[in-house]
Amino acid sequence: MGTSTSTTGGPAEDGNLVLGPPEIARALTRIAHEILERNKGGADLVLLGIPTRGLPLARRLAERLVAVEPGLSAAGLVGSLDVTMHRDDLAQHPTRPIGTTRVPGDGIDGRVVVLVDDVLFSGRTIRAALDAISDLGRPRAVQLAALVDRGHRELPIRADYVGKNLPTSTTERVRVLLDETDGRDAVLIEGGTR
Amino acid sequence: MRHLLSAGDLTPAEAVTILDTAAQMAATQEREIKKLPTLRGRTVVNLFFEDSTRTRISFETAAKRLSADVINFSAKGSSVSKGESLKDTALTLQAMGADAVVIRHQASGAPHTLATSGWTHGAVVNAGDGTHQHPTQALLDAYTLRRHLVGDGGRSDVTGRDLEGLKVAIVGDVLHSRVARSNVQLLHTLGAEVTLVGPPTLVPVGVGAWTARVSYHLDEVIADEKPDAVMMLRVQRERMSSAGGGFFPSPLEYTRGYGLDARRLAALPDHAIVLHPGPMNRGLEISADAADSPRAVIVEQVANGVAVRMAVLYLLLAGGAPATNERADA
Repeated sequence: MGTSTSTTGGPAEDGNLVLGPPEIARALTRIAHEILERNKGGADLVLLGIPTRGLPLARRLAERLVAVEPGLSAAGLVGSLDVTMHRDDLAQHPTRPIGTTRVPGDGIDGRVVVLVDDVLFSGRTIRAALDAISDLGRPRAVQLAALVDRGHRELPIRADYVGKNLPTSTTERVRVLLDETDGRDAVLIEGGTR
Repeated sequence: MRHLLSAGDLTPAEAVTILDTAAQMAATQEREIKKLPTLRGRTVVNLFFEDSTRTRISFETAAKRLSADVINFSAKGSSVSKGESLKDTALTLQAMGADAVVIRHQASGAPHTLATSGWTHGAVVNAGDGTHQHPTQALLDAYTLRRHLVGDGGRSDVTGRDLEGLKVAIVGDVLHSRVARSNVQLLHTLGAEVTLVGPPTLVPVGVGAWTARVSYHLDEVIADEKPDAVMMLRVQRERMSSAGGGFFPSPLEYTRGYGLDARRLAALPDHAIVLHPGPMNRGLEISADAADSPRAVIVEQVANGVAVRMAVLYLLLAGGAPATNERADA
């Protein structure tokens, strides 16, 4: 969750288009193959998307995994993980709505969890996600996939799979738009002094 | 939302937000590890001037599941006059740094006084005041109704839905019932149609101004309106003298006219559910047949109460700064 999703931004010309629909599709396909390669197949995988935009990304990754490994089922691969109640910055913001947490199948014990988020920035969302996971069970391993890594980490956290490394200044905002939530696929950089 | 004092203060959007949040809280309560770190470091004071088991335990459980510190303050037996004791107690709690005060008081309006007096800076949650309001009970009733009766009987996702078109009969001692008052307001806000049923002596003066129909005949309401849910109210004998205190001739006669028994249960539509805020007077307003039937959701109401109170505490306490367009970056 969490990249800058302000409503003040408007059409594409407001921001600098970094990734368009074909680039996003290619990045996801590559990540899907990397996930299978690294884990030697998809047998024990669970993809947990972090709402809002991590969830459609996790679904798209699952479709690609199923296309490569026919034994898998997309519904059994994907879950959603809401991290709101584990955040460390709740008191600094207006009350956030709580999203849905849904774990597929038999839970996450002993399986490999791949967290899926749109933008990796400070790393605090992922820290909250790791806490949320430990309340759900004990996976064998946790990996992280992010469509965009924009740097500026505040915690010792890194992504295992990155769609695009995007050097940014802290004053800029990175917006990820997805067909499922926003009506089109795009990654934009807005604002900032460059 | 700064305080929760009355069910009538809630807008439809706020009420639905609370129910949606409660649904997510309820989902967390089905896990092996039920505790969440959300309100770590916050202090919730349960300030109970009146007896209560389930409401106090429910609030205490809700606060603890969210990792808040809970201080229980029972004022029973205090001989200090009401106004003074409330003020002094509130100042003490303020000095101890209470972030939220959950108050039950025998005087209608005490939570309002606490919230508006400046004695405490914490959020005030009304856990029942006199015969006035009990908003979290109404919220948990609305949550239970939505779970069972909206969206294909709870099989599909009901997030964001209200109670549009549901018919609810609230039966019994309306006069003394803060639960009835809160429910009439909240269920109306959410779009349900409420019918109050009770003997004329137990229906308050001025009920014509409420957003509900009134009937004195339970059998007629069941036959004509085919309610989706009946909510049985407890006959509050502690607020009456013995044997009904002149409100009704005898307990047996009350049961004949307004008690829910196997016959009336059978006359209800097949999908209808039975609610009761508890504690029940078995054999008076509800028979054991009805209370133990699979259509009674009375035990589930208690579980839902924890989820709803977690939602209320979350929405009142978790946020910090006032609304801006800023959002956190990942």
